[in-house]
Amino acid sequence: MDITTMLGMLCEGLLVSAQIFCVALLGSLPLGVLVALGRMSKFKPLALLMRLYISVMRGTPLMLQLLAINFGPFYLFGIQLDSEWKFTATYIAFILNYAAYFGEIYRSGIQSIPRGQHEAANVLGYTRAQTFMKIVLPQVIKRILPAMSNEVITLVKDTSLAFVLTIPEMMSVSKSLAAREAGMMPYVFAGVIYWCFNFVVEWVLNRVEKKLDYYHD
Amino acid sequence: MSTEQAVLRLENIKKSFGDNEVLHDISLTVHPGEVVAIIGASGGGKSTLLRCATLLEQIDAGEIHYGDVAVATTGASGKASYGKADVLRQAKAKFGLVFQNYNLFPHYRVLKNIMDAPICVQKRDKVEVERQARDLIKKMGLEGNEDKVPCELSGGQQQRVAIARALCLNPEILFFDEPTSALDPELTIEVLKVIRQLAAEHMTMVIVTHEMSFARDVADRIIFMDKGVIVEEGPAAEVINNPKHQRTREFLATYGG
Repeated sequence: MDITTMLGMLCEGLLVSAQIFCVALLGSLPLGVLVALGRMSKFKPLALLMRLYISVMRGTPLMLQLLAINFGPFYLFGIQLDSEWKFTATYIAFILNYAAYFGEIYRSGIQSIPRGQHEAANVLGYTRAQTFMKIVLPQVIKRILPAMSNEVITLVKDTSLAFVLTIPEMMSVSKSLAAREAGMMPYVFAGVIYWCFNFVVEWVLNRVEKKLDYYHD
Repeated sequence: MSTEQAVLRLENIKKSFGDNEVLHDISLTVHPGEVVAIIGASGGGKSTLLRCATLLEQIDAGEIHYGDVAVATTGASGKASYGKADVLRQAKAKFGLVFQNYNLFPHYRVLKNIMDAPICVQKRDKVEVERQARDLIKKMGLEGNEDKVPCELSGGQQQRVAIARALCLNPEILFFDEPTSALDPELTIEVLKVIRQLAAEHMTMVIVTHEMSFARDVADRIIFMDKGVIVEEGPAAEVINNPKHQRTREFLATYGG
């Protein structure tokens, strides 16, 4: 097999990886806000539930969560699902897992905003929603960006875990290519492509960080 | 002066944190154009009184009235009850507060810090608000800083932005919570100058301060608080120059008033 064919196949895998990455991010970024707000809720049962959820999501391997969500419906409830289910299961597992991590990062950011900011907004007459959206959130985003960058870059690499559900993402592709070729080259290419992917991610996140660098507090 | 005219009326305010009673039966009435300075040692309840008046803390018992808006009242139960959200909103429109630590919004530029609440809270016209904001910036001696963010300004400049931010909402009464305590003497002077100017324009103000000579010069009335009670109260020069109570004399001696 020539290199062009091999790269072509890997790039097809990359598209699947990128799709998992995008769906996971689009789902978990907003869901994380709800997790953080739930975790900080004054309504104790909700706060406890969120703590449990975060604890389970962080305390068990993502690979196990992928398997559980994919096979759970059949083994637990006898529900027969079609072959497309494994994609849905992958998205659900990634979104649920990353929302837990993002939620904790959001919480650290929200709680780091000084009380004086809330009090100033309160005295000026801002509503609670206005205070959160206009005063707190923009400052939180700046503060949590480095921690978020870590997670987002990890997510790029974590998409490779979808291979346990035989999702044809780049890791699965490189594995089967390596088996067929009886060589390491597919892995080398895959590694370089992952790194390039993350290079772009880093570049974007650096741009955002620079853009928010116009002030410090 | 009758109580009808009062901008602010606090009656028999009681406030405890746990077992610690911080305010013990405090009453204070402020009339239009009056400048009241509150002095006293740390922990005497001055800041708590201000925080109760500005609704940042809830009182346990007593009454808070802004003009004819009853913010908190106490009935036969002896427990203070607060008005509904729209009542509190009405009251909040009547006062402004300048914090010790300025509490500007660090991500907003100076002009936006001043203009945002009038536009987003009071729903006023942007052009009109900007005209007022620029006038205030000039008055505060902050020209040329409109597009800076707070971290690019000195503490004195930040505090003057905070004063402009409060004034842009056209409050009937302005509270200052130790406005110069975080500033070195040079920067203190520029902030006090601005407050003096406001006093000359008969802005109604309540100022918690440790600057005794400033309090004497600028205030119509001085209140000396200690251990949660008003120990002495009277015309500024009288309280500073000729205090009646032993506790006031001791305090003024340590502060070199």
